[in-house]
Amino acid sequence: MTIDLTALAAPDFWIGVGIVAGIYSIFSLGLQLNVGFTGILNFGQAGFMAVGAYAMAILILKLHWPAPAAIAASTAIAMLAGIVIGAASLRLSGDYLAMATIAAAQLVGGVAQNAAPLTGGNQGLLGYDAAWAALARWMLARLRAVGLGDQSQLPLFIVTWAIFGLALALLTGLRGTPWGRVLRAIREDEAAAAALGKNVFAYKLQSLAIAAALAALAGDLLALNITLIYPQSFSADVTFIGFAVLVLGGLGSFAGVALGSVLLWTVLEAASFVRLPLAADKVAAVQMLIVGLVLIAVMVWRPEGLRGKREEMVLRG
Amino acid sequence: MLNAARRGTPSPADTRAAAVRAARRWIAAALAVAVAALLASRGVETAAQATINGLVTGTYFALGAVGLSLVFGVLRLVNFAHGDMLTFGAYVALLLNAALGWPIVPATLGGVLATAALAAASELAIWRPMRARRAGGFQLLLITVGLAFVIRNGVQLVAGADPLQLRLDVTTAVALPGGLRIGTVELWVVVTGLGALLAVATLLRYGRLGKEMRALADNLSLAEVAGIDTGRVILATWLFAGALAGLAGVLSSAAAGILTPNFGFQLLLSLFAATILGGIGNAYGALAGGLLLGFAEEWSTMFVDARWKLAVGFVILILTLLVRPNGLLGRPALK
Repeated sequence: MTIDLTALAAPDFWIGVGIVAGIYSIFSLGLQLNVGFTGILNFGQAGFMAVGAYAMAILILKLHWPAPAAIAASTAIAMLAGIVIGAASLRLSGDYLAMATIAAAQLVGGVAQNAAPLTGGNQGLLGYDAAWAALARWMLARLRAVGLGDQSQLPLFIVTWAIFGLALALLTGLRGTPWGRVLRAIREDEAAAAALGKNVFAYKLQSLAIAAALAALAGDLLALNITLIYPQSFSADVTFIGFAVLVLGGLGSFAGVALGSVLLWTVLEAASFVRLPLAADKVAAVQMLIVGLVLIAVMVWRPEGLRGKREEMVLRG
Repeated sequence: MLNAARRGTPSPADTRAAAVRAARRWIAAALAVAVAALLASRGVETAAQATINGLVTGTYFALGAVGLSLVFGVLRLVNFAHGDMLTFGAYVALLLNAALGWPIVPATLGGVLATAALAAASELAIWRPMRARRAGGFQLLLITVGLAFVIRNGVQLVAGADPLQLRLDVTTAVALPGGLRIGTVELWVVVTGLGALLAVATLLRYGRLGKEMRALADNLSLAEVAGIDTGRVILATWLFAGALAGLAGVLSSAAAGILTPNFGFQLLLSLFAATILGGIGNAYGALAGGLLLGFAEEWSTMFVDARWKLAVGFVILILTLLVRPNGLLGRPALK
């Protein structure tokens, strides 16, 4: 076993980590809104991500929509999925909601796997990123003017973190509004919020729909990053990596999500640079083993995460 | 019902409840007839064969669901690592059977014991200390998720992700009356599984441990006050749940003929569905729910492609949660 640390000094390693970390930051912002600020256990976030990514790819490939329209529509379709799934399941509480949402996400995965004419089945879909490639080339030409032209992944990095920044600003802004305060009231005491005349169900539905939109954006970016989407890209593992990011950063802190994501993905990607004499499936196992250990360790020793506040935490027993 | 008996004359509310119960019985009977007719419409023999396959699937679903339900009943813990305990048991049996050359029976026992030990270890290392700290439900839930990742990927780290097989002769079959067939291995799966389920049901019903478990499930502090050693009963619950999960894992991989590190997690939602169908926390209900779900998934293959079999489990899980979250038997939750 040797450890090759030179890779850690290369900018393209950090740009690669940054893209994945950014995608998971956007993904987990939705979880933060649901779990940290509304108190609803959304275990189906990867399903909304799949809906978004597949909707974008299908609209571009099968219906020949222009990419910006497809991305906007994919977000709207995922929100609609959030509303449909939420309308059916949000009256359930706690663990039951977790089971219902993960089942819904697995159902999305099942459709992606079995509706082959539309989704390509297990082979997946590719070739939806021509418009993005053109935009990336245009951005690279501009970056070349400032001496950054040889980092081919830099455009996606910039776009990903720009989207994260916008979403962060929006959610942080919403947090202080009456709307955001009602969400937190629901998290603290649902019955009290209802007694004040708030339509708890509608607020929860809005929270889930926004989370679904964020998952869809993350899914679109993931699709552009991996250039081929197939059902396993959106397995339940993705949701739980999102939860590891969420609790590492801390419940109740939107900015903490980015911290958790960058930390987790630096460790996960660095793990593949430790030259263990292992096959690819075993390296993947090491990475997911780390995710599991992070989840356990944070929940056992520091349930409020790195940046969370104890008073923001409602851990219903 | 008790109230009515005490008062002698039934109140209007009781009569209404009785009418609802009667209506429910009729609806259930009508549904059963409708399902039977629907199945028979595809040919009696096809239906019978699917039913036999359903019995095989239902047997290991029931084994898995009973353990899941026991843990929920006693600890109010939804264990997302339960599916991966099936994986663990199957891989231990595989290691003993295929790598070390043990015969299948001792290898199965080894898998069962190892999984029981794993479950007990999780109680001692994690669950007991977390209870002492009064950890919240969200914390506990995510720890089960983390544990699921650790078990599944620990297995994959050792055994790799490629599909593996137990050393079993899966080619022979037993002919049943009416031109039906069941694989020899599958027959053994059903016999072993149903035997184990019968033993567990008897033990839970008549054994001291079963009574203590039910007392804990009803009210933990009250059970403690009544002098039950709750720590010991909880440890026994984990041992039971682990052993049953290990057996379910070996039997399901024997019946499927193949195993990958993912298979337990893929079964987890079906086990949830079975548990909730039977009324979560009710071990007998989970047993019935497991068998019912096995039939439902296999019967579905008569109408839609077998690739949708797992999705049928997801749909049943969602529908049960939405329509009858307290299970088909429908006792309202205490909380």
